[in-house]
Amino acid sequence: MKNTKENPSRRNFIKKTGITLGSLLVSSALPPFNAVLFAANKPTGKGIWYGIGIDIEKCIGCGNCAKTCKIENDVPPEPFFFRSWVEQYTIKNDGTIKVESPNGGIDGFTQSVPDNEIEKSFFVPKMCNHCYKSPCVQVCPVGATFESPEGVVLVDEKYCIGCRYCVQACPYGCRYIHPTKHVVDKCTLCYHRLKKGLNPACMENCPTKARISGDLNDPESEISKFIRIKNVYVLKPHLNTGSKLYYNALNQEVR
Amino acid sequence: MPIQLKRLLILGVVLFSVFLLLKYLMTPDSFGQYGHYRGKALEEVASLPAKYVGSNICNDCHDSIVTIKNEGTHSGIACESCHGPGFKHIEDPENEKMVRPGTREFCAHCHAFNKARPGRAITQQNIKEHNPGDKCAECHNPHQPQL
Repeated sequence: MKNTKENPSRRNFIKKTGITLGSLLVSSALPPFNAVLFAANKPTGKGIWYGIGIDIEKCIGCGNCAKTCKIENDVPPEPFFFRSWVEQYTIKNDGTIKVESPNGGIDGFTQSVPDNEIEKSFFVPKMCNHCYKSPCVQVCPVGATFESPEGVVLVDEKYCIGCRYCVQACPYGCRYIHPTKHVVDKCTLCYHRLKKGLNPACMENCPTKARISGDLNDPESEISKFIRIKNVYVLKPHLNTGSKLYYNALNQEVR
Repeated sequence: MPIQLKRLLILGVVLFSVFLLLKYLMTPDSFGQYGHYRGKALEEVASLPAKYVGSNICNDCHDSIVTIKNEGTHSGIACESCHGPGFKHIEDPENEKMVRPGTREFCAHCHAFNKARPGRAITQQNIKEHNPGDKCAECHNPHQPQL
C-alpha cells in the first residue's frame, strides 16, 4: 500500500463521525427529544400547580399528620410503612445529632436527651416532595408512576410491576412496597380529596396549621405567600429534583 | 444484495412487526392521553373515598359545640383532629360514634413539655407534676381549654 500523507478514507471517517455526533448532540436539546435533558413534564405555568409548605416553627410534633394519613389512605399499620411521618431532631451540646421517629410520631414524642445536654431541638415533618423533575418518575420502566397535570406525583397501582426502582431512586425515602398489594405506594397529596375540594388529610388535621398546600401558579394563594414571606428551603437542593415541598426555618442539619 | 443479508432483513422486518403488534395489543387504551402513563389512573386515584369529612359538616348538627370551640384557643383545630374520621358517623350517626379521647396521654401528644416544641406555638405542661392522676377535662373544657 502506498503511504501518503493524505488519506481520504480516514478524513471521511472523521468527518462523518463528527457530523453524526454533532447532530445527535444538537437534536438531544430539541423539543421532541429533550427527554434526555428534562425527563419529566416542564411546568407550563397554566392551571393548578400544587406546592406544599411546612413551617417548622409551628410544628409541635403531635404526629396527627402521620396518624390521619394512615387512616385516610389505608396505609399498613406496621411502623415502617409511612406516606407521611415526623422526625425529632436533637442537636446536643457536643455537636452530635440525634434523629428519632418512633412509629413516625403517631404515638407522640418524648425527649430522650436530658434538657441540659440539648443545644437545640425541633420537629421535621416529612412526606413526598412532589418534585417536578422526579427521580422516581424518570426511572419507572413501565410508566406506572407519573406526574399529574397538576404536578402531583401519583402511582398507577394496576400498572406497577413492583420492581422497586423508584423506591431506590427517591432521595427522600418517601416510597414503600405495599405488603399485600405488592406494588409501590406513596403520598398522593390526597389527590382524591383535592379533587373533591378538600384539603389533604394531614393539612386538614394539623392543629397548628404548620402545613399548607396550594396553587403555585396563583400569586395570591396561601402557598405563594408562604414562599414569598418566609425564608423557605427545600430538602437536598443539590440533587436538582425540583422539589415542591418548601420548609420554613429548615436547619442545615436536616437530611 | 447477498442472500444472507436478505434473510436477515426479512427476519428483522418480521420481528419488528411482531413487536409493533404486541405493543398495539398490550398498551392500555388511555395510555398516553396526558403523558407517558395510563390516563384512567388519574380518575381511579381521584375516585377514592374521603374519610375525613371536614368541620363544616360537623357544624350542620353540632353547631353549638363548634361555636364554643371557635371562641377558644382550640379554634383553629379541625373537629376530626381529636375525634377521628367522620365518614361513618355522617352516614349512621346513631350507631357509628366518633372517638372521644379523654386520657392525659392524648392531651400530652401536644401539650407535654418537650424542648423540640416551639414555645410560642403551644402551651406546654410537665405532665408528671401538673395535677398528676387527674383527667385534663376535669378542669379544662377540651373545646375551650383556657381557664
